[in-house]
Amino acid sequence: MAEEYETSLQDSAAEIASFEDDKPGVLSWIQATLHHNPSLVPLLVLLASVAGFGLYLGPKFFSPFALTLILQQVAIVGIVGAAQTLVILTAGIDLSVGAIMVLSSVVMGQFTFRYGLPVELAVLCGFAVGAFCGWINGVLVAIVRLPPFIVTLGMWQIVLASNFLYSANETIRSQDIQEKAALLQFLGGKVKYEGAVFTYGVFALVILVLVLSYVLNHTAWGRHVYAVGDDIEAAELSGVRTKRVLISVYVVAGLICSLAGWALIGRIGSVSPTAGQFANIESITAVVIGGISLFGGRGSILGMLFGALIVGVFSLGLRLIGTDPQWTYLLIGLLIILAVAVDQWIRKVST
Amino acid sequence: MIKLNKPFLPIFSAIALSIAGTNMASADTSACLITKTDTNPFFVKMKEGATAKAGEMGISLKSYAGKIDGDHESQVAAIETCIADGAKGILIAASDTKAIVPAVQQARDAGLLVIALDTPLEPIDSADATFATDNFKAGELIGAWAAAAMGDAAADAKIAMLDLAVSQPSVGVLRDQGFLQGFGIDLGDPNKWGDETDPRIVGNDVTAGNEEGGRKAMENLLTKDPMINVVYTINEPAAAGAYEALKAVGREGDVLIVSVDGGCPGVADVKDGVIGATSQQYPLLMASLGIEAIAAWAKDGSKPENTPGLDFFNTGVNLVTDKPVEGVESIDTTEGTEKCWG
Repeated sequence: MAEEYETSLQDSAAEIASFEDDKPGVLSWIQATLHHNPSLVPLLVLLASVAGFGLYLGPKFFSPFALTLILQQVAIVGIVGAAQTLVILTAGIDLSVGAIMVLSSVVMGQFTFRYGLPVELAVLCGFAVGAFCGWINGVLVAIVRLPPFIVTLGMWQIVLASNFLYSANETIRSQDIQEKAALLQFLGGKVKYEGAVFTYGVFALVILVLVLSYVLNHTAWGRHVYAVGDDIEAAELSGVRTKRVLISVYVVAGLICSLAGWALIGRIGSVSPTAGQFANIESITAVVIGGISLFGGRGSILGMLFGALIVGVFSLGLRLIGTDPQWTYLLIGLLIILAVAVDQWIRKVST
Repeated sequence: MIKLNKPFLPIFSAIALSIAGTNMASADTSACLITKTDTNPFFVKMKEGATAKAGEMGISLKSYAGKIDGDHESQVAAIETCIADGAKGILIAASDTKAIVPAVQQARDAGLLVIALDTPLEPIDSADATFATDNFKAGELIGAWAAAAMGDAAADAKIAMLDLAVSQPSVGVLRDQGFLQGFGIDLGDPNKWGDETDPRIVGNDVTAGNEEGGRKAMENLLTKDPMINVVYTINEPAAAGAYEALKAVGREGDVLIVSVDGGCPGVADVKDGVIGATSQQYPLLMASLGIEAIAAWAKDGSKPENTPGLDFFNTGVNLVTDKPVEGVESIDTTEGTEKCWG
C-alpha cells in the first residue's frame, strides 16, 4: 500500500513541474507566473496604489513621513498577520490572534505593576502566556481533531474574557510605564532619518517576515507546514509528523501574537485591555489580500506584508483625500473579494 | 462610592424627595440594568452604583450587557428577558438609540419604567426619563477653557477634532459641537459634526474612543497639517493615544489637548499635563438615581422629573484642570481624583 501511495505522489509531483509548457498563450503564462509567485499580485497592487495616491495627493502623501507612517500604522496588524499566515498555510484559521495579543500585553503590564516583577521577566511571562494559548489551540486542532474555526472561535471568547476578568479592564497609563518599566515601550522607540520615522516595531515586523519567509521556504519545518496545509493525509503518508507540525504552528503563532502585544504597548504607550478588538479580522484581511489561499498550502508570507500595506495605504490615502472613512471599508471589502477570485483563477493552473 | 455621592447630596435629595422611605420597598421589587458593555470602566462603575443602591434598598437587580459597544441584539434580548421576568423597571444605556425604541415601547406597554442612562434615546421621550451628563455642556466647558487658555492665539488656532465614530452617535456629536461653540466657532447643523467651514478646523477623524484609534487619527490629521495646536478628543483614552502620536513627532509640549469623561486614568493625565482639561461625568450617580426612581415607581407610580430647561435629568459635569482660567468654573485634579471612576 505504502509503496503505491508513494508512486502516485511522485507521479503527480512530476506532472505539476512540467505541465505549464503544454499550455501556451499570454494568459496562461500570467496564470503560471502568478502560481509560482503568489505575492506578485499584491505587490503590483501595492505599488500601483502608492503611485496612484502619490500622483493624486502629491508631496503630502509621497513624503518620507507619510510613507513611513503607513509602516508604523500596519506594524501591529502585520505582526499578527504573520501568525495568521502560518495557521492559514496549514488550511486552518485563527480567530483568537487578537485576543492572545491583548492578553499578552496585559500580562506584561500587570505582572510588572501588580506583582512588581522585573520588567524583563514580565515580558517573558507575556510570551509564555501567548505560547500557552497557542498550544491549547494546537492540541485541540491536532490531537482532539476539532475544526480550527471552532477551536479558535471558542478560544477567542475565552482569552478575551480572561483578559477582561484579569485586568478588571484597567488601563496602565503611558506615563507610569515610561517611568517604571520603559522596556515595555521598547518597540515604540524610533529611528529618524530625513523625515522618515521607523519604530522598532516596524523593524520587528520586517525582520519577522523575512525570517519566516526563509524558514518557510528553506527549512524542513517550513516545507512541512506547506505540506500539511496542502494535503494533510499525503503529508502524513510521506512521513511528516503532522500533529507535531500543527501544534508547533499554533505555538509559534501564539508567540508571534505576544510579540504583537509587546509592539502594541510601544505603539499606544499604555496597556489597554480594550485594544486590538478587530486584530483577528484585520489580520485575515491582510492574509487574504496578500494572496494566501484560505484552503492552505499556498501563498507567501511576503504577500501578507503587502496585503497589510495595501490596507494601510488605502486608509491613509483616503483619509488625506478627506472621504468618509466608510469608503475605506468598502474598498477593502472589494479587494478581499477580488483577491479570492484571483486566487481561485490561479488555482485552476493545477487542474 | 460614598465619597463620590457626598457633593451631590443636594441634587440627590431634590430627586429623592418623592421617594423618601423607599427603603421599605418590598424584596420582590426587581429591576434591570442594561449597559453597552460590561468591560468599559464607565459601565463597570455604573453597575457598581446600581448594585450598591439596589442592595441598600432591598431591590433585586439583574445586570445585562452587550458583548461589544454596538451589540444591539443582546440589548433587545435583555429587555425581553426583563419583561418576562416581571421587573418593575429598566435602566438602559442603549447601543443603538433609534433601533432600541420599539423594544423599549414594548417594556413600557408592559408597565415597566424605562430610564435611559448616559445615552438619550432618539427621540428622547421614548424613555420615561433620561439620566445623563449634559454632553453639550461638557464640550462647551473644555471649548471655553481652551479658548481662554490660548488667549489671543485662539484666533488662529489649528484644531484637530478626534471624534467617536462615523455613525455620529449623539453623545459624540453633542461633545464635538459643544466644544466648537465653547471655543467660539460657528456651527453648521448642530446635529452633526464635520460640516463647519471655519478654517481653524484642520479636520475630523474617528477614534472608536480608544488609545489605538486616538493615535491613528492624530497621525492622520498631523499628516494633513503638522502645525495643529489644539486637539479635541471624545474621551481620555483617545486623548492618551493622540498624545503618543504628538510625542512621536516631538510636538507634545506645544499642543493643547482637551477631553471629556473624568475617568481616573484621565484625571491622572490632566495632573501630569498630558491633557489640559477634561469634563468629568458621574456614571455612578446616574445608576443610583435610576434605582431610586424605579423604587418610587414601584411604590406609587411616580415618575422622575427633568432638570428645568432640559429634556432630561442632568447628573452634572465638572471641568477638571490644574490651570483654571477666568470665566470658566473648574475643580482641580485633587478633587477630580476623589470623584473619578474607572
